Amino acid sequence: MRQLLIRGMLVGLASAVPAYICAWFLGEGPLEAAIAFEEQRSLAEGVHEHGAEVVSRLIQQTSGLAIALAAVGVAVGGLFAIAFALAHHRIGRLTARATSVVVAAAGFVVITLVPFLKYPPNPPAVGDPGTIQQRSLLYFLTIVIGIFAAITAAQTSRRLAPGHGEWNASLLGCGVFVAVVAITYVVLPGGTVTAPGFPPDVLWDFRIASLATQAVMWVTLGIGFGALTERAATGTRRERTPKAQPSDV
Amino acid sequence: MAQAPPVRSASIPAQIPLRDILPWAVFALVIGMLLIYFVGAEQGATSLFGGNIIHEFTHDGRHLLGFPCH
Repeated sequence: MRQLLIRGMLVGLASAVPAYICAWFLGEGPLEAAIAFEEQRSLAEGVHEHGAEVVSRLIQQTSGLAIALAAVGVAVGGLFAIAFALAHHRIGRLTARATSVVVAAAGFVVITLVPFLKYPPNPPAVGDPGTIQQRSLLYFLTIVIGIFAAITAAQTSRRLAPGHGEWNASLLGCGVFVAVVAITYVVLPGGTVTAPGFPPDVLWDFRIASLATQAVMWVTLGIGFGALTERAATGTRRERTPKAQPSDV
Repeated sequence: MAQAPPVRSASIPAQIPLRDILPWAVFALVIGMLLIYFVGAEQGATSLFGGNIIHEFTHDGRHLLGFPCH
């Protein structure tokens, strides 16, 4: 288990590299455009929103962005390893590689896609600073509900698997998940905020860049973690009889 | 959740018992939440330290990772 956790954190850290490349090429353009819009607006309104620049744009775009991605990569990688350990051999007869990809796909849907569709990320100038607390609360609440929905779905499909077969049970589990998320979407208040006059193509490009950056992290985690775990399992244990060595994957 | 170990493929050991996962899960959760908090929310929605250095430093990452930033 210790090895799994360390592996998850390291692969998570590594996933920050492709994510940074993605963020740099796709994300920085719309971010710069949004900041330019913000400054134009401040000038027009005669108020200075940001005050003196505390951290230069160059730092924000390089070390700031890299360290933010690395920190989240390590955090998500560690939690991913725990989710993998829980899922392995509990969500059907899948190899380590396949389990890893399934867990990463679920992670992408629950952590990234579910909040994205209800409370899409906004570039600078779009959000109203006065509602930051409410928006953050709703954003994190959506993720927490999504996690519980996913756990409920997984347990439902596990319970149904003996009677209905693994495929049908998985589909029913997905149905439970979609139902809970749909109800959540309806019940929670809407969150779309747009600044008047903000260029819509910049907003679109920014959101696609955000989605792509996160998708790249999940893909790296799912494939990288699975490959390393599979190799560790087959490389060191092929000769031995497959005796249960639970804490030692 | 005690249950019979499933059929194993040749190279992979059985389920990892929940009691083995638990302490590591707590550890990963604490570290993970702390890191995500500082990248995603400190000096934005809530603030432990004054100023906005952390907010500004993680600014681009915070936006692109989908957190409400400001």
